[in-house]
Amino acid sequence: MSDAALPQFRTDTAQKRDTRRVRGEGVVVQAVLITISLAFLALFLLLPLVSVFVEAGARGWTAYMAAVTEPDAVAAIHLTLLVAGIAVPFNVVVGIAAAWAIAKFAFRGKNLLISLIDLPFSVSPVISGLVFVLLFGAQGYFGAWLKAHDVQIIFALPGLVLATVFVTFPFVARELIPHMQSLGSADEEAALTLGASGWRTFLTITLPNVKWSLFYGVLLCNARAMGEFGAVAVVSGKIRGLTNTMPLHVEILYNEYMSAAAFAVASLLAGLALVTLALKTLLEWHYSDSIAASRRH
Amino acid sequence: MSVSVTIESIEKRFDAFAALRGVSLDIQPAELVALLGPSGSGKTTLLRLIAGLEQADQGRVLFGETDMRDLSLRDRRIGFVFQHYALFRTMTVGENVAFGLKSRPRGQRPDDAEIRKRVGDLLELVQLPGLDKRYPSQLSGGQRQRVALARALAIEPRVLLLDEPFGALDARVRKDLRAWLRDLHRRTGHTTVFVTHDQEEALELADRVAILNDGRIEQVGSADDVYDHPATPFVCEFLGEVNKLPVKVVGSQAFFGDRPVLGGLSQNQGGQAALYVRPQHLRIVDDLPLALPGVVEHLRRNGPLRRAEVAVQGLAKRLDVDLASQVAPAIGEHIRLRITHGSLFAAA
Repeated sequence: MSDAALPQFRTDTAQKRDTRRVRGEGVVVQAVLITISLAFLALFLLLPLVSVFVEAGARGWTAYMAAVTEPDAVAAIHLTLLVAGIAVPFNVVVGIAAAWAIAKFAFRGKNLLISLIDLPFSVSPVISGLVFVLLFGAQGYFGAWLKAHDVQIIFALPGLVLATVFVTFPFVARELIPHMQSLGSADEEAALTLGASGWRTFLTITLPNVKWSLFYGVLLCNARAMGEFGAVAVVSGKIRGLTNTMPLHVEILYNEYMSAAAFAVASLLAGLALVTLALKTLLEWHYSDSIAASRRH
Repeated sequence: MSVSVTIESIEKRFDAFAALRGVSLDIQPAELVALLGPSGSGKTTLLRLIAGLEQADQGRVLFGETDMRDLSLRDRRIGFVFQHYALFRTMTVGENVAFGLKSRPRGQRPDDAEIRKRVGDLLELVQLPGLDKRYPSQLSGGQRQRVALARALAIEPRVLLLDEPFGALDARVRKDLRAWLRDLHRRTGHTTVFVTHDQEEALELADRVAILNDGRIEQVGSADDVYDHPATPFVCEFLGEVNKLPVKVVGSQAFFGDRPVLGGLSQNQGGQAALYVRPQHLRIVDDLPLALPGVVEHLRRNGPLRRAEVAVQGLAKRLDVDLASQVAPAIGEHIRLRITHGSLFAAA
């Protein structure tokens, strides 16, 4: 280091110390704030998660495997995968369409549409479920007609899918809208002037441009679809081995004082949350550049 | 292959805002035309209308004899270079340039080897050989500009349209690219229209300049035409700095107060008028006739130019005078100015 650089360095640190003093951020304040945040996170987020896995394993590996391979549990797992397998792709398609409409076109009622997309987030899940009972239940508006045509929606797979679609609809659209809006329409216009068809423009330009927010949206949508309790509980009827999804199965087991089995199944759901979190982190870490451009925060 | 472009009394509204009100313009084959105007004047809307990215409420655009409304965006074959280039960020430079060719219907699509060759040739043309494997994010602004141009040229466009082609570049790169684009136009001979708000750029680059204001074309002409003989006060002020003198025209002379300042007028317009004089058209003289007396109040230097601010009795604003010789007057010196060239507009 040259002699000239040394005083320069000293001034730098002196300045740093000065700004810290001006902003009133003493070391003590920093330490207190960090401790409070960490303690909160540990107590309210980490501890419950850990306790799920601890409880699940309390009776040993054999009991754990027995709980998750028992026929009703397997049926619940199947049903959960089936519901998510229908609801998530549906919401991806409709979510892309809604995001496209909002981001690329100007039309009357656009703000209303944006508010409507958020509706499932602001409504209690129980109400989301009750709406479908009101419409399609035995005493509902379409109940008589459905019964006459031998179509069962409530207390059956269609009802579970409807409730799940409703609750998880915003995830994909909410991720895509700000990203698409920030990208504008110039890329698509360029593709069209270069002679590409609308479909080719969508597949080769629009979709690749938003693929990371789309993937992120699908991830969140899926996690919620598999974990949804309230809306699904209302329309399910909780018929064991038939209309019980994993969250409902967990609740039933717990209410029957089979807490080890309940926690074993719950640990699968918690595992899903961890996998989602890990994928999201991996994604952000790996593609931080392209994601940075897309985040609305 | 270049065609003429005929724009016939175009009207375009965006809700309550009239973007274009009755714009007509004839562009010759292989001509390089600038649409010049302040922001909000409608120049970009006009360019997008020519491209077919906007629809006119009234009027039509013809390429040669063909009405553009009869053609799809693909069949129009427009080379459009967007203001921020709109390069496809998930594709390499080579894939970007090849996009137009690969988007053609199966029957008209060249094979892969042919496309590769064309991409190579185009990158050669825009002086970016060997960059085809890079991504747009790895290029400088000037390089992206040229990739966008190569991509637009790949579809063998009938007309090349450029929206603020140098707007996002720094001053030095801008100058280089200007000369390069002029040269490229000379070699390829595409009918070219570009939008700019920079009058220097328009005057230097274009065969003809169309000056837009408030949704109307104020004047169309060569750089010399519009600069030396502005049709309206707006054109005169927009194209460069100008001093304004209220004068009264009597016979062939313009009077400032009771002093004749400009003679030999052929225009037959008596009465009150505004005389617009550019700083370089004021000269310090020794003799009396047709001279305007004043006092030097400030001396400034702007790059190669030396400029005096001269206070004239009866005029609230000081006159800007470009000093031609190296001998500058002193501050406080009494001088006389002769107007060598001016534009006269009837007082509003």
